[in-house]
Amino acid sequence: MTKLKTQSLQKRESDLAQSNRQLEILSNGIFQNGELPTFKDKISETSQFPLKAKKLEILQINVGYMCNQVCEHCHVDAGPDRKEIMTRETMQQCLDVIKNSGAHTLDLTGGAPEMNPDFRWFVEEAAKVGIKDFIVRSNLTIIRANKKYYDLPEFFKKHNVHVVSSMPHWTRGKTDKQRGDGVFDKSIKALQELNAVGYGMPDSDLRLDLVYNPSGAFLPGDQMAMEKDFKKALIEDFNIQFHNLFAITNLPIARFLDYLIASENYEDYMYQLVEAYNPTAVANVMCTNTLSISWDGFLFDCDFNQMLELPVNSKSKHISEFNEELLEGRNIVISQHCYGCTAGAGSSCQGVVA
Amino acid sequence: MQKTYYDPADLRKFGKITEWSEELGNKFFEYYGKVFEEGALTAREKSLIALAVSHTEQCPYCIDAYTKDGLQRGVTKEEMMEAIHVGAAIKSGATLVHGVQMMNKVNKLDG
Repeated sequence: MTKLKTQSLQKRESDLAQSNRQLEILSNGIFQNGELPTFKDKISETSQFPLKAKKLEILQINVGYMCNQVCEHCHVDAGPDRKEIMTRETMQQCLDVIKNSGAHTLDLTGGAPEMNPDFRWFVEEAAKVGIKDFIVRSNLTIIRANKKYYDLPEFFKKHNVHVVSSMPHWTRGKTDKQRGDGVFDKSIKALQELNAVGYGMPDSDLRLDLVYNPSGAFLPGDQMAMEKDFKKALIEDFNIQFHNLFAITNLPIARFLDYLIASENYEDYMYQLVEAYNPTAVANVMCTNTLSISWDGFLFDCDFNQMLELPVNSKSKHISEFNEELLEGRNIVISQHCYGCTAGAGSSCQGVVA
Repeated sequence: MQKTYYDPADLRKFGKITEWSEELGNKFFEYYGKVFEEGALTAREKSLIALAVSHTEQCPYCIDAYTKDGLQRGVTKEEMMEAIHVGAAIKSGATLVHGVQMMNKVNKLDG
């Protein structure tokens, strides 16, 4: 078993901190020698190339890469040592876009979004716009990390935020292996506190969903079956309730790619993804209705492309020059990591897609 | 020529057995798929049974496949090991219960 690292790839000055190195790995080897088809070739088989953006429905804003955790699988390469943080000025530009865009969902992510010093201001302002579904992706432990975060459940409730939290397993061992020692206990405590203010309760409008992603080099199982198992275990062991479970596939980039290579699982994992390719999932991949905005305001087809520094293929490249009409119908930028969103029942930030 | 009888990469080629006997191969895979569908037993329970049998059959391909399958279904390592003990208990029990036959024979020949 590989020991959990405590620093980001960037801080460790790893080769893989460079997005072009990651893209090189994803294009070479088994994809270069023809052993496996490239994603472009694969979607061309069913005439789905080029993938095109449809009407914008979800704006996903990454407010910074700083995080209190250093998870093994993190595609952001987030951690306490990452200093990229969205400024209030960029947040204001995002607010202007949110007000005028047709998107029905706003999705804040990070790092730990709560660590951005302007996070609360941004939530307060964004909540005023009255967007239909306002998501904050919380890693849970942040709620217990420091006194100044203890009131987050109440804060989320006040602004009717939809909380989506990571939980790789209902057992301590598997959770801590992926997310760090002590993460399981803190996450359980945080979930109990969210339940206490009404989040996740069966008839509550305060939405609490969990994200499951595998703790190693394997794909997620059936989302419904996993949800059933999670619900049974969490209620029996900790009296915790939540609404839905999103099963998300780990994409082979950043720290998960580093883990796959170090554990000699890379080729097998890519085979798994390609073998589980589902053309039906391609039609509904999240990049077709989502825009990802980076901490410095640039636009990407998804959070993964953001981390690989693959900007949108459009003249509208930055939040300051946001143009929904120009962005609609753009060709989505793809590479082999995209197989992660089309395996099995597919995968998106909202769980399965097929 | 390969130097070992088992190559992990061969598992990926399992489907190719249909190439030399299409009808029987297809029938087998259709049956196989059906067996593992959710039924009176859950797919998770079936996966654990398959893991235990993989060990009693000592099939390295099956062990790889059903260990991964279990992980995908959220099966814990404790559950996996207990399942294997069930298989091992039946294996050793099946050996030992034949001890009665030995005892019967001793008693008949030399009792």
